[in-house]
Amino acid sequence: MASIETIAAPAATAQDKSISRPLCTHCGARCPDRRITQGDDFFCCHGCLTVFQLLAASGLERFYDLEKTPGIQMNRTPVGDGQFAYLDDAAVQTRLLDFQSDTMARATFHIPSIHCLACIWLLENLFRLNPAIGQAQVNFPRKEVALSFDPRGLSLRGVVELLTSIGYEPTLNLGAGAAPRSRMREERSLWLKIGLAGFVSANSMMLNFAHYFGLEADDAIGRLNGWVNFGLALPVLLYSASDYFRQSWLGLRRRALTLDVPIALGVSALFAQSTYEVVTATGEGYFDSFTMLILLLLCGRWFQQRSYDALSFDRDYRSYFPLSVRRRSAEGDRSVPVAALQVGDRIVVRHQEIVPADCRLRSPEAQLDYSFVTGEAEPVTRYEGDVIYAGGRQAGSAVELEVLKETSQSYLASLWNHEAFRKSRTRNLDTITNRMSRWFTGLVLLLAGGAAAVWLGTDPARGGRAFVATLIVACPCALALSAPFALGYAHRRLGRVRCFLKNAETVEELARVNTVMFDKTGTLTRAGEVVYAGQDLDAEEQRAVRAVAAHSTHPFSRAIAGTSDEVWPEVRRFHEEPGAGIEGEADGQRILIGCADWLHRHQISHLPSLASGAAVAINGVYRGHYQNTPAYRTNIEDLARHLTPAYQLSVVSGDSEREEERLRGWFGPAAELRFHQKPADKLEAVRQRQASGGRVLMLGDGLNDAGALRQADVGMAVTDDIASFAPACDIILDAARLDRLPALLDFSRRTLNVIRLSFAVSLLYNAAGLYFAMRGELSPLLCAVLMPISSVSVVALALLGTRLAERRSGLNRDLGAQAA
Amino acid sequence: MSALFIMMGASLVLGLGFITFFVWAVKSGQFDDTGTPPLRMLTDEEPGRPDSKVQTKKQE
Repeated sequence: MASIETIAAPAATAQDKSISRPLCTHCGARCPDRRITQGDDFFCCHGCLTVFQLLAASGLERFYDLEKTPGIQMNRTPVGDGQFAYLDDAAVQTRLLDFQSDTMARATFHIPSIHCLACIWLLENLFRLNPAIGQAQVNFPRKEVALSFDPRGLSLRGVVELLTSIGYEPTLNLGAGAAPRSRMREERSLWLKIGLAGFVSANSMMLNFAHYFGLEADDAIGRLNGWVNFGLALPVLLYSASDYFRQSWLGLRRRALTLDVPIALGVSALFAQSTYEVVTATGEGYFDSFTMLILLLLCGRWFQQRSYDALSFDRDYRSYFPLSVRRRSAEGDRSVPVAALQVGDRIVVRHQEIVPADCRLRSPEAQLDYSFVTGEAEPVTRYEGDVIYAGGRQAGSAVELEVLKETSQSYLASLWNHEAFRKSRTRNLDTITNRMSRWFTGLVLLLAGGAAAVWLGTDPARGGRAFVATLIVACPCALALSAPFALGYAHRRLGRVRCFLKNAETVEELARVNTVMFDKTGTLTRAGEVVYAGQDLDAEEQRAVRAVAAHSTHPFSRAIAGTSDEVWPEVRRFHEEPGAGIEGEADGQRILIGCADWLHRHQISHLPSLASGAAVAINGVYRGHYQNTPAYRTNIEDLARHLTPAYQLSVVSGDSEREEERLRGWFGPAAELRFHQKPADKLEAVRQRQASGGRVLMLGDGLNDAGALRQADVGMAVTDDIASFAPACDIILDAARLDRLPALLDFSRRTLNVIRLSFAVSLLYNAAGLYFAMRGELSPLLCAVLMPISSVSVVALALLGTRLAERRSGLNRDLGAQAA
Repeated sequence: MSALFIMMGASLVLGLGFITFFVWAVKSGQFDDTGTPPLRMLTDEEPGRPDSKVQTKKQE
């Protein structure tokens, strides 16, 4: 479970050596000054101080003993009044609550900011903050807290507000809930199957112990032994091994000879032969080998089934949309669930909120950021009467909209009606194991049939024995273990470089890719990067400018403010003129940021003529301007150069051609560059590649790539914050590791070679077993020894080989220092 | 030799007892989250939930 730490948010900034600017006791950010203190403790902002005081007053100081600076920075999580008003709606409550009565309610929240031991402790001690809260239990791998509360003392809204007020804001959206239940049942049943098989195999071996040393028990004991073994092994066959029978049947119905088929055959033959021996009192059977075989196979499945519980790979647009929206009516504004919206409703969308349905604008002007939905880098301005598509994020003042279509009918949602989404993705049966199994199964049946046929004329009983013995020995246990262990191990190792796979099988899919397609905005480029040009600003001035910009919700201002961990000075006399500019005072400096016209009106002279971007004036003097230029995440030229020899590259972008020249230079003449691509066009681009024999890896980040990610053989979502929304995909990659893509692909290919090698070794074991079987020397003892030895050695080979592959591919190179 | 029959029976009863216990543990959700309990243990103080018996014992 080592990867839990890697999923958690990066640790707070390193310890500061300089005494002048201490670290915040609560969140560990560098304090802008030494003004906010309590006792010996310093705080970066009043938000953090408030939480500290609240915890101290409730006897929860231990929070700060458990970890250094465990808190979540508070200055950028404003809790707006009525932000959670919609939680008072009964329909929303039934959706979110697991259980509800007059005196008790229970809910499970997903809280991305859970990151350390102290978080667990604090959340489980929430009752000290509010007595209406009962038991709370954190599931750390899932980043969930399940808590019960008394609805007479505290409403659901109150619980969410309490959590938010101490920095643990839960994720609440339409897509939440439901899915994990079935997986939990599956996990439990695997535990039970392993437990049963383990119990039986240990007991069975114990009963056969005397037998292993060649001691002959007397007849009565021997017979009883056999029957007890039979009784123990029967539930293993019927329950623990049931999946292999079901899977092989499912595979056969899809006309695929999966590896489950020879396993099911071998297991049945082993069980039938043993039962026959017990019934006819001719021997004690191979029940010990049978149960251990099942146990090992199940362990392989358990190893492979590692999943990242905190991440969600199946989100669709509903997870992106909010749960509720304010509906305007004659009685005033009321929070209603988005699902209840009807055509013609008037709704209010405030700044930083997402437009939940296709609407017509009823306010004079709206600034919409569609970068996540369409890939257009720049926010767009819409005027009264314009149609606004769902998914845009409003920036600036609140706007009133008239609903034109329900959410599920919106333009954005229509992408999910595409046939690529309609057919459910069934398990890919064309895996390396199954291709192996195709001729393996044929060969085994041929050999077994051949052996039987040879003896048929002269000694039919012996023919029958030979048939069964061949099936038993050929049971591909070691073969079946190679892939799960190699893939499962690769899956874990990839998690260490913050590349999170939906499941271990994806490693193989990744290895077989021959085409790599990139989205541009948000994938190759970082969102909202702005570059400053003009007279140099000193550190103080830069800080002041960023602080003022941070007070605005306009996407351009957010970009100027940046995403650094820095804590800004307080801003006074802030004023924003929507669509024109912002002004404010910070650190005693008067800052103006805005378009040239607006600055001109504020008596600033010597302004250059600006086509786009924003000019900056400090204390009445023009200093320079910010301009939006796409900032590439990593050295794309290097990335493309490493990938070009082995892969066909493409860039599909929703943006305009302005970057074409640069991209062409990097990706070379053979690459395919497409611009102005709508979501459906991207999907079509992937399909065209596939039609001409491409196995496509699609890298994308937003909802506009969702179709392409789905259609591609492997969809990889690139995201800055892995806990935040990523569209449905197979892999979630931390954007900071985009430069590892070539190593990652190389590693997956090497892993596949490791599997091929361990196949070869396990086939050798099978051949050796066949040799003994055909000579009629297959004793229960030999079986009980050969089987575990072959399995364990193949597993070791798979693990060591994968480890070596990792080193050779350079996946972890230069990461040692960062990881530590 | 008859001792062996008794031993066999006893070992099976014991084994069945354990497997029953295991089934109960899985069904009651003890294997659902294997990540949090090892961390929770480090806070050594019992969280003392209001509705747990441990807490009343500690308070007295």
